[in-house]
Amino acid sequence: MKKTVLIILAVMLSCSLLFAQGAEEANTIKIGVAGAHSGDLASYGLPSVNAVELVVANINAAGGIDGKMVEVIVEDDQCKPEIATNTAAKLVGEEVVAVVGHICSGATKAALGIYNESKIVVISPSATSPPLTKSGDYPNFLRTIAPDDAQAVLQVDFALNVLGSKKIAVLHDKGDYGKGLAEFAQAAIEGSSAEVVLFEGVTPGAVDYSAVINKIAQVGADTVIYGGYHPEAAQIIGGMRAQGLDIAFIGGDGVMDATFIAVAGDDAEGVYATAPVDTTSNPIAIQAAAEHQAAYGEDYGAFFLNAYSAALAIVNAIDVANSTDYDAIMAALKSEYVQTAVGNISFDERGDAIGVGFSVYQVNNGTFAQLD
Amino acid sequence: MGFDYFFKLFIGGMTKGSIYALIAIGYTMVYGIIGLINFAHGEVYMIGAFTALIVAGILSALNLPMFAVLLIAVAVAMIFSAGYGFTLEKVAYKPLRNAPRLSALISAIGMSIFLQNYVLLAQTSNFLPFPDMIPDFAFLEPVKQTLRTTQFIILVVTAIVMILLTLLIKFTKIGKAMRATSQDKIMAMLTGVNVNRVISVTFVIGSSIAALGGVLICSHTGRVHFYIGFLVGIKAFVAAVLGGIGSIPGAVLGSFVLGFTESFGAGYISSDYEDVFAFVILILILTFRPDGILGKSTKQKV
Repeated sequence: MKKTVLIILAVMLSCSLLFAQGAEEANTIKIGVAGAHSGDLASYGLPSVNAVELVVANINAAGGIDGKMVEVIVEDDQCKPEIATNTAAKLVGEEVVAVVGHICSGATKAALGIYNESKIVVISPSATSPPLTKSGDYPNFLRTIAPDDAQAVLQVDFALNVLGSKKIAVLHDKGDYGKGLAEFAQAAIEGSSAEVVLFEGVTPGAVDYSAVINKIAQVGADTVIYGGYHPEAAQIIGGMRAQGLDIAFIGGDGVMDATFIAVAGDDAEGVYATAPVDTTSNPIAIQAAAEHQAAYGEDYGAFFLNAYSAALAIVNAIDVANSTDYDAIMAALKSEYVQTAVGNISFDERGDAIGVGFSVYQVNNGTFAQLD
Repeated sequence: MGFDYFFKLFIGGMTKGSIYALIAIGYTMVYGIIGLINFAHGEVYMIGAFTALIVAGILSALNLPMFAVLLIAVAVAMIFSAGYGFTLEKVAYKPLRNAPRLSALISAIGMSIFLQNYVLLAQTSNFLPFPDMIPDFAFLEPVKQTLRTTQFIILVVTAIVMILLTLLIKFTKIGKAMRATSQDKIMAMLTGVNVNRVISVTFVIGSSIAALGGVLICSHTGRVHFYIGFLVGIKAFVAAVLGGIGSIPGAVLGSFVLGFTESFGAGYISSDYEDVFAFVILILILTFRPDGILGKSTKQKV
């Protein structure tokens, strides 16, 4: 009820603005950018604004999409779900064709219902909560970042098919990130040919992990999957190797850090970690970085390339569909592949990007090297 | 789940107990003498580890044998930390000696935060690798699954420290003065004990033992960070309270009880609840013995 009132208010407000600004606006295509642009998490949201503005500037300089100029509408949600509904209502009122955003999963979830009612395409560069796509509740939602469970699925797939693991010990650091990753891994292992022989949390910062290491040896695990960050991973792998436990160790992107190798030293050799596919050699990513440097005089921030890619995907879909109609754009997004800063991507039925994701790395001679 | 597994967990518990004991001694000594919980003690331990890291870094350029590097690094770390402990007492606690206890406690927490941030700013916020100064002993190679070299060293050094400390307190003049001050500060003063000196010596001894612990523990974990003192400090404090704060044998006993509880709890039940076991045993013991295992019940002076 509150939402409806807000929408009506927002529509009324924006209508009055529209009348005030005159009719010439109708010839532009509006793309909304929503996310945290102020507050604690502004550094996650502001790079997306820069990304969309750079893409749109390029398009407009080249004559727009089929002669129509593109306009960027920026709205702040501070990553707060209660503000995000207002943000969404404002953008709906502005009659945007598509939205790049929101940034945080919680805010995105809150806003999606409003966009869905108005049939507006939403592509998030950063919202990784799996149910946003998997639940099927939001057919208008797509993302250019891999969901949280993609990593765990890849880890388990790698363990089963490449390492041939049968008995997997899943450890985590009891934190949101680590435990989440471990639970996804556990879910992925169950129902496969392997079994979870141990699922346990360790206390970050503890002085000694010998009890849990003894336990790994005791249950006869052949692989360890660890959800957590590099400090504990380095200490656990050090303890495992010192106790002569020479089994495979797979971490997530929290482990893939130069500090891990510095701290674990020789023990780090051979450790696997999953992390986002390296896109630094992608020509569009390089161009985007250069554009950012030229326009803003500094390196880009978080999720910039994902947002840049989302904007490219939207522009391409509108161009291909030759229309700003929701169904036409959605069909184009899900059928066409587009060259972006995160690779050559399209979107699957549920809205997750195909071609965006994680890769397995292994420590080799003191650096993480991507495995093919 | 045979005897072999039990024995591994037993060794793990011994190691943890020894680690906690090296730090808990500092808490309990200070509490025994001036009735203050020195929350900055964990930070002194952390500074000891950092000092050893820096000294080892400088010495490794000189091509000295590893053994010499270790000894010099430990010695410098102990002297440095002793200096910090001494200064800490003079700056933060001595001016508040006659103030309400709460003031000194707040001052201690303040010093803890100050020292953490001081190291954060002066050094780094990153985890640093701690040099591998303790070479693996060949005679431990066959049993390394059960007893690692660093664990062995920690056990031996803790035992030696306990014996030396007991001798110091029982048979030396300063030990006698410490016992006297702990019983009654004013009476000790009246009989000619230099109480200020006794307090300083207490801080110096506690801090240098913590620094020794810092070097050993970081050699065991292989890493050092400005925040390591906090969690270990809390655990050691729990151990000291468990054994009866103010009592040195109590702190050691409490540390081993805590270490065994954590190790067996993690090994036989789940490491998810490692901290839960630690605090459950604390609550159980304090329910039946409110002054800790070896603590003496003190009457409140009215």
